[in-house]
Amino acid sequence: MLPCKPIIKRISLFLFTLVALFLTTDIAAQDGKVLYQTNCQICHSLDKNLTGPALRGFLERGPWGDREELYKWVHNPAAYLATSDYASQLKNQYGTIMQAFPQLTNEEIDAIAEYVATAPPPGGTPTGGPVPEGAPDNSNRNSIFFGILSLILAVIALILMQVNSNLKKLSDDKENIRRPDPVPFYRNKIYIAMFAMVFFVVGGYYLAKGAIKLGRDKGYMPEQPIYYSHKVHAGINQISCLYCHGSAMESKHAAIPSVNTCMNCHKAISSYEKGPQLYTEDGREVDGTAEIAKLYKYAGFDPARPNDWDPAKAKPVEWIKIHNLPDHVYFNHSQHVKAGNVQCQTCHGPIQDMDVVSQFSELSMGWCVNCHRETKVNFYNEGDSTGNKFYSIYEKFHNDLASGKMDSVTVSDIGGTECQKCHY
Amino acid sequence: MSDKKYWQSFGELNNAEGFKKLAQNEFQEDLPTDEQGWLDAKAPRRDFLKYLGFTTAAASLAASCEAPVQKAIPFANQPENLVPGVAKYYATTYVQDGDVLPIIAKVRDGRPIKIEGNKLCNYTKGGTSARAQASVLDLYDSFRLPHPKRKVSEGRFEEIPTYAQVDKLIGDELAKIGTAPVVFLSTTITSPTTKQIISEFLAKYPGSRHVQADADSYSGMLLANEASFGRRAIPSYHFENAKVIVSLGADFLGTWLNPVEFASQWVVNRKIDEAKPAMSKHYQFESYLTQTGSNADERFTHRPSETGAVAMAILSALGGAVSVPNISDAKLKAGIAKVAADLKANGGLVISGSNDVNVQSIVNAINNQIGAYGKSINWSETLNIRQGIDKDLVDLVSQMNAGQVGALFIYGANPAYTFYNAAGFKEGMKKVRLAVSFNSKLDETTELCHFAVPAPHYLESWGDTEPKSGYISFIQPTINPVFKTRPYQTSLMKWSGNTNDYDSFFKTYWEVKLGKQAFNKALQDGVLENGQSALPGISQSLTDTIGIATVTPSLGAGAFNSANTSAAASGLATNKQSGKYEIVLYQTVAVNNTASGANPWLLELPDPVTKATWDNYAMIPLAKANEMGLFVGKDSKYEYFPSKPVLRFTYNNQELDLPVLVIPGMNANTIAIAVGYGRSNNIGVGLDKIGKNVNQLAIFNGTTIDFHNPGITVSENKVGEYKIAQTQIHNSYENRTEVVKETTMATFLKNPKQFKEEREHLHSTYAPQTGDYRTEGTLYPDYPYPGPKWGMAIDMNSCMGCNACVVACHSENNVPVVGKKEVMRYHDMHWLRIDRYFVSKEDNPDDLQAVVFQPMLCQHCDNAPCENVCPVAATMHSSEGINQMIYNRCIGTRYCANNCPYKVRRFNWADYMGADSFDDNQRQVLEAVVLNMNDDLTRMVLNPDVTVRSRGVMEKCSFCVQRTQEAKLTAKKENRQLKDNDVASACQSACPTNAITFGNVNDKESAISKVRADNQLRTFYVIEQIHTLPNVTYLAKIRNTDQIITTDDLEAHAIDDAPAAVH
Repeated sequence: MLPCKPIIKRISLFLFTLVALFLTTDIAAQDGKVLYQTNCQICHSLDKNLTGPALRGFLERGPWGDREELYKWVHNPAAYLATSDYASQLKNQYGTIMQAFPQLTNEEIDAIAEYVATAPPPGGTPTGGPVPEGAPDNSNRNSIFFGILSLILAVIALILMQVNSNLKKLSDDKENIRRPDPVPFYRNKIYIAMFAMVFFVVGGYYLAKGAIKLGRDKGYMPEQPIYYSHKVHAGINQISCLYCHGSAMESKHAAIPSVNTCMNCHKAISSYEKGPQLYTEDGREVDGTAEIAKLYKYAGFDPARPNDWDPAKAKPVEWIKIHNLPDHVYFNHSQHVKAGNVQCQTCHGPIQDMDVVSQFSELSMGWCVNCHRETKVNFYNEGDSTGNKFYSIYEKFHNDLASGKMDSVTVSDIGGTECQKCHY
Repeated sequence: MSDKKYWQSFGELNNAEGFKKLAQNEFQEDLPTDEQGWLDAKAPRRDFLKYLGFTTAAASLAASCEAPVQKAIPFANQPENLVPGVAKYYATTYVQDGDVLPIIAKVRDGRPIKIEGNKLCNYTKGGTSARAQASVLDLYDSFRLPHPKRKVSEGRFEEIPTYAQVDKLIGDELAKIGTAPVVFLSTTITSPTTKQIISEFLAKYPGSRHVQADADSYSGMLLANEASFGRRAIPSYHFENAKVIVSLGADFLGTWLNPVEFASQWVVNRKIDEAKPAMSKHYQFESYLTQTGSNADERFTHRPSETGAVAMAILSALGGAVSVPNISDAKLKAGIAKVAADLKANGGLVISGSNDVNVQSIVNAINNQIGAYGKSINWSETLNIRQGIDKDLVDLVSQMNAGQVGALFIYGANPAYTFYNAAGFKEGMKKVRLAVSFNSKLDETTELCHFAVPAPHYLESWGDTEPKSGYISFIQPTINPVFKTRPYQTSLMKWSGNTNDYDSFFKTYWEVKLGKQAFNKALQDGVLENGQSALPGISQSLTDTIGIATVTPSLGAGAFNSANTSAAASGLATNKQSGKYEIVLYQTVAVNNTASGANPWLLELPDPVTKATWDNYAMIPLAKANEMGLFVGKDSKYEYFPSKPVLRFTYNNQELDLPVLVIPGMNANTIAIAVGYGRSNNIGVGLDKIGKNVNQLAIFNGTTIDFHNPGITVSENKVGEYKIAQTQIHNSYENRTEVVKETTMATFLKNPKQFKEEREHLHSTYAPQTGDYRTEGTLYPDYPYPGPKWGMAIDMNSCMGCNACVVACHSENNVPVVGKKEVMRYHDMHWLRIDRYFVSKEDNPDDLQAVVFQPMLCQHCDNAPCENVCPVAATMHSSEGINQMIYNRCIGTRYCANNCPYKVRRFNWADYMGADSFDDNQRQVLEAVVLNMNDDLTRMVLNPDVTVRSRGVMEKCSFCVQRTQEAKLTAKKENRQLKDNDVASACQSACPTNAITFGNVNDKESAISKVRADNQLRTFYVIEQIHTLPNVTYLAKIRNTDQIITTDDLEAHAIDDAPAAVH
């Protein structure tokens, strides 16, 4: 029985190391990244000119080196436009002027700038040296370091145990104490137990990690019955999202438009000519005109005899639903779009740049709750009559805001992270 | 010993040993193991490992499967004004065998899912009934006939593919019958357009006629009124105008005539203004304990055959020229004297549930004597919902048996089941040359017909009704017909050579009458109450009054003719027979003789008085129970187990075995049995196993059908046992007796502060420093509620136990039906239950002083005992005061239910709704009727805004959180503040007596704040001393008697005895 105790000690040491290893995962999501994604990514890319210019290196361009200038611009672009030639130049180049972000604090703008400056270039870049793909994740390096360390420790422990047992054997032989023959390590119960424990801990970790991912389909990009390009419609042709998904303002569903909504325009537009060449995700060329013909088939429309069309004979298109929430989640589009003034792109991503739509956001509860924690509620302001009068019901918060006790009220403050706001 | 005691069961009353044991046991069910138990079983460890392995594998398999591809299929052509996901509300009218109720149907994405009352209706004021609430489920009943059928051989029907073929086949048959009369047999029809179509149809066939027959017949009343007033009609009643209400066996709050209207009138004078407390006085004379009798201030029982004698005694005491019958029961005699004196002094209203012409004639004379006509009875507006004359159907049946009927068209009526002489009817059907049924199911009568041409459900139809003359209520479709049905009116039109269809006929009729715009407005409102009657025949004298613009014409007294009174009196004197036990047939508030008899929501609805579900049974008096030895030794197995003794009833050499339930407050010689059970399996799953058909126990007295029968032999002792699923003793408050608070008017007047003082005593005991019980009475912190805070107030004076709220909750919150077997295992799922307490002296339970109904639902305690015991925080409090239950977080430990003092939490013991990943994995456990609720058609009734719960999770009342959320969202979208009437919980809006008030208590102007502020003397919290801080308040019940309750109330003691308010 004697050698047992040190072994237990060693095992627990080993386990501690293992646990320590798994605890050192991502320390915190960078604020700048989140802010960039929720606010900027709708119109900007880091490396590509979209609705707005590519942002990488913007601090070196124009007046943005001066942070004060930058704050002014972000808080009120319209006002800033008059004072800056560079800004007017941008307006001429892109046709539109940036949306104002008065709610972003200076620190938040700094965080975004910080993120843009440090964001990794797409893919492995030739300049950055041997940086692993993706974000330069410190925690990853830590994990490797701890992993190697614990492996070395484990090996040392094993060797020591082996040495210990050999020495014990030698001393036993010397003192003529008979002990049973040593068992080979694969039949040694201590080793088997240790292995089993390691297996359970590591296996459990990956099982839990995998289980959390179940039912999450970020990036889900099914092939639709008709190749419908949001880029062509909402991006290039600037059709408002609400033209087709109007019920997002009134209903829980941002319903998919009916065939007759499509036909409002496509009665006249029967071929795809002017736009850029369309590609599927795997790179095949798509014939836009043929896709419109598919729509005609559903609609029962013959472009040669447009006047004979009977809309009543149309068949619905069976689109594949991309954004799926579990049945126990209540989500209401109008709550977010109408009451909360959230842009479509905040959750659906730069949809106007997507030829093939994919799920942009995680749609996980953590993702929802994060936004509820950060988003500020639009309290009614009597001074300039902005905001929503509904919130006057929160008298206490109004008083606290007035007295400066609170500087803003988030969705979470008014109960937006309570379970039964979404689960009932 | 106290003067009174509240009790739910005899065991509780007698404080029996068994009851105490039961009360300590939270989940009153043993684990389903073999007798030797888990550990002694042969291979428990291996079995355990097997189960463990299988479930782990199954769970991982179910979870790790690829997420299924979901499709989003839009409209091909989106209808204008229709937004997917936004509910629309259509005014329409619930029509079921004469019962008419203006309602609003909530339609979500093209399917009606919920019934609400129509607040524009002047006489229901937005109230509904349990049956109306449940009727939406009938729409999605897979037992409805999906298409027209013809009988090919006995018991076999085959489909007729098109209606053109139907018309051809029936046209040919009609041509063959020659001059033999055609009869249209229906329940009461109140539709003016339909009446016109029927008369046009019958005009085509000389010698034909329309027979109206109601299973719950009011012929006696109609004929008595014909004798007294020269009009075969029923006047309107105005209970709100009567200071004294005397009901002779009429269950007018539950099933008599138009209970929703009557309840809303009755409650006007039952609500108490604490500044000057006053109430109407409600006396009930009856033979068994009805729901209405339970609500009466004073109740007297008599044999059913004595109804006439009681009426005559009252009339004679009022000075009527009738001989005084001999009444031996001293209490009854005193009661009659008291009632007569009260009526004499205060006037009032007397009604009778009897179907005997003579009794009704005497009642008419009484009402004339006390000046009720023109005051509480209005002859200017007739109530048209029952027009059937029993004799017509009796004559028809004998004519049928004589082979004199050529063709019989049946709509609504189901005499093969409901008629006292069903056998005679069935025999007669064989001799009818052409029988066509328009009934929606292959019911007992339809299966005897040659053709079944199903009519659509009312939610799929156009139509009109005139339940009260001058009050028109329209029916408009809320869904495309689910099946290949056709309105029976269209069929009648086609078969009388009219090529038009009913829908356009109906529209033209009203557009001509009202003008297009006014008609559209009327359809939108659902009701047209301009005093103009459209119904032909029924109210000829009213046609003169067309032109009355207001809806409140002066009340008509009618011209009373006393000529028949003495004839009626002598009729009653001779017509007196009585056996040892007399049987009374009654309807329950849920199930009646119609199609709703197959509605699972109604079948599972506990009866207000007996709390039994899924069966009919014989309600027996305590005397009979003692005779059978059911309560020997004050402790018996009778109450603790579902098995009940079965009695044998013998009548005309036929035997009928029925289980018994012992009910206090019955007449010692009366046994009451509900009709509407023992139906055909063709109208619902397993219905033949549910109860027995007792319609054939009624007797025809030559003029009308009597629903009581004195000539039945009842077996002395039990002949067997039968299990009844009662929800009565499922939960216990562990002897905390201050759950209900109730007193008499006299006591209340003497000491109005009684209830308030009890609370003040409690507060000063547990919060001696600040007097603030909320913060000082607990160790827990007090949390702020910065926004709205939801609360409910329930007025127990207004609640009369009709159960409309329970069904409304079922429908709104996707509450599952669990089936009889599961109810027996205490697995009933109702989020809202109505607890029934008997009040009597401890030593004399049969002398009921009152029955108290208390709606019990989650109290949404601010200091909730359930919340702190949940290991996974699946239930917690919201900043709006709602006790939230999160199904997807719940792991089913049931600690919360265990710790809930109100016993309102419900556990999904099985996959009742088919929500699990595995299809029907409860097939062995659940009954067919529950599985039938899971088919695709029936699931269309589900509310898409409420999660369907799967097995293993707890659920409970959510304060209709989907409604509060929607109301807040609507206000936000409209950029305005929340208004008080934005939110109504489902139970609140269903209630015909406005017993429930719901709203934001942080808003000082809201109705709920006002109710609480105005009723401080009666407001109480259930078991307040345990400091749960409920968000539901109750108003103590006051019954209007002179009795002064002298002894200290049980409550005061109980508070002292209770453990300190710490958790």
